[in-house]
Amino acid sequence: MGEPTAQEAADLPAAIMPAVAPVLPSFVRVLRVRKDTHDTWTIWLERPDGYPDHRAGQFNMLYAPGVGEVPISIASSARESRTRIAHTIRRVGAVTRRLTSLRRGETIGLRGPYGSAWPVAESQGADVVVVAGGLGLAPLRPAIVELLARRKRYGALALLYGARTPADLLYTAELGKWRSVLDFQLLVTVDRADRSWHGHIGVVTTLIPAVTFDPQNTVALVCGPEIMMRFAVRDLLDRGVPARRIYVSLERNLQCAVGFCGHCQLGPKFICADGPVFAFDEIAPYFSVREL
Amino acid sequence: MAGTVYVLPKERFQELLDRLKADGYQVVGPVLRDGAIVYDDLHSVDQIPRGWVDQQEPGRYQLVHDRSQRWFTFTPGPLSLKRFLFPPSLSLFRVRRNGDGVQLQVTMPEPPRYAFVGVRACDLAAVAVQDRVYIDRQGLFSDGYYAAARRKALFIAVECQSYAATCFCSSMGTGPEVNHTADVVLLELEDRFVAQPRSERGAAVLTPLALEQATDEELQRAKHYVRQAAADMERQVDLTDIRDLLLRNLENPRWDQVATRCIACANCTMVCPTCFCFSFQEVTDLTGNEAERRRVVDSCFNPEFSYAFGVEVRQSVASRYRQWLTHKFATWYDQFGVSGCVGCGRCITWCPAGIDVTEELSAIRASDGSRKEQL
Repeated sequence: MGEPTAQEAADLPAAIMPAVAPVLPSFVRVLRVRKDTHDTWTIWLERPDGYPDHRAGQFNMLYAPGVGEVPISIASSARESRTRIAHTIRRVGAVTRRLTSLRRGETIGLRGPYGSAWPVAESQGADVVVVAGGLGLAPLRPAIVELLARRKRYGALALLYGARTPADLLYTAELGKWRSVLDFQLLVTVDRADRSWHGHIGVVTTLIPAVTFDPQNTVALVCGPEIMMRFAVRDLLDRGVPARRIYVSLERNLQCAVGFCGHCQLGPKFICADGPVFAFDEIAPYFSVREL
Repeated sequence: MAGTVYVLPKERFQELLDRLKADGYQVVGPVLRDGAIVYDDLHSVDQIPRGWVDQQEPGRYQLVHDRSQRWFTFTPGPLSLKRFLFPPSLSLFRVRRNGDGVQLQVTMPEPPRYAFVGVRACDLAAVAVQDRVYIDRQGLFSDGYYAAARRKALFIAVECQSYAATCFCSSMGTGPEVNHTADVVLLELEDRFVAQPRSERGAAVLTPLALEQATDEELQRAKHYVRQAAADMERQVDLTDIRDLLLRNLENPRWDQVATRCIACANCTMVCPTCFCFSFQEVTDLTGNEAERRRVVDSCFNPEFSYAFGVEVRQSVASRYRQWLTHKFATWYDQFGVSGCVGCGRCITWCPAGIDVTEELSAIRASDGSRKEQL
């Protein structure tokens, strides 16, 4: 395996660089690839020069030359490593097929970090309830890492995680570790189980009544399929968590990532630049309108 | 500078064009092509479609020749300045595979130095809107191509003294008087133009021509025709509370009604001088070793525009029309502090179904608060 050629930045005419810069990727090496489930991989990429510490909940645009570019949430915390960035990717289309076929040492385009973040530092002193559905655990993982790293600064901490089947569960080794963390309520459920499963069965929202928290003093972080978030938000509101303290991460067609190409609009919001993480009260009027 | 107004005799107009060319500008102005008046390279005054009048109605555009000696009796055709300042297809960069690494080459071209001649108030108002979209957005970014093209461009406007049936700039506050962007504003009289420099750059273009000063009578007479056009323009949009009106009517049954006529062809977004949505296009060579990334125009009427999590979020035509209209007249204010519509009327003329935004907005206002039945 030959050494990758560095991006030839010297070739770029200085006047044109800023012109393209908003959508110009850096090219970085794949440092590690891990298969998580039958359709999902985590890849660790080298951190580009000049890349700022990202915040939990932000995303990168990953670019496979000749195939295309997709937004992928960042699955690692800047606390964990200053040299590598993890992305958990489900194989669903042409670009993610390419991204999940990468080998260690190959080169891929990356630009970021983009978007708003989970209010991790802002939630100190509060109870924090994290609700993750499916791949929604990936953008929440860095938040959980950061919450646990400063465990004493928070009140009750809970992670409610649901997947379709036991085989779809992500980060199973890490879930095992988290299970042994004292004072951390970890509840896992699957929609459909097989004989090997001895845990809870049902959608993730069915776990909400089982956790202990003080609704008035709780921050909820919610990410998953939109239908799951709808029900999770409803149930959290019913428990008495204020709308402004329920955070959701929305997904739309993100292409430019800088609030410009227009694809990701939800009412007045550009999901890529104003979001993807929103306090629910900011988007409540638009979230419930079909096909908006 | 603001005070001095000149006379440009029509027989000296060619001198102005030659002057611009000599100064290194690529001159663009209205010319007749394929049965419509469009902006294109303008070398000679003979290309200006003198005496042609456009008849525009919902879904209809026709040119007829009138007998007057006026030069600019037409109103804007399908093309706006968007095509020049924000090209519909633009190369960004090229990537060549090299073992396990890549070589990157930036391919975005340097924009020409344009002089836009004979452009109208609505198109210049649209440029002012685009400036907010493309330049220094909330500190996020600037679109380099647009910013460079815009910085270099010279705008020589003509104020409209007539209007098409589809025009509604006066109710949008964008025309026919030119309030934005122009370096020189021209007002037409029988055998001459009254020329008002509006910027240093505009004054610099006029100075070498050593023009005589216009009289106040000439200026007032020329202005009179413009004011008359403004006063006579019948089509209008009631902007009262327009943002909130639309956002509280997202479930109005009118969206379904208009969707029975809308064919989602995207013409309205293509001719709109402010619509900015774009996609990326990946162009590969046969070996697969080289890829070019381009920026290409897109439209919220295309079904795949909203494709996310494996589905098209806006599946119905009603939802796509609603996105377009509410973006233009409501959420644009949230995003950019101004309306996204400049009242040029192009979307009305070039809609093959003859859908009229002004009528749709009136219909929403008339049925304010109606909700379609929820399943």
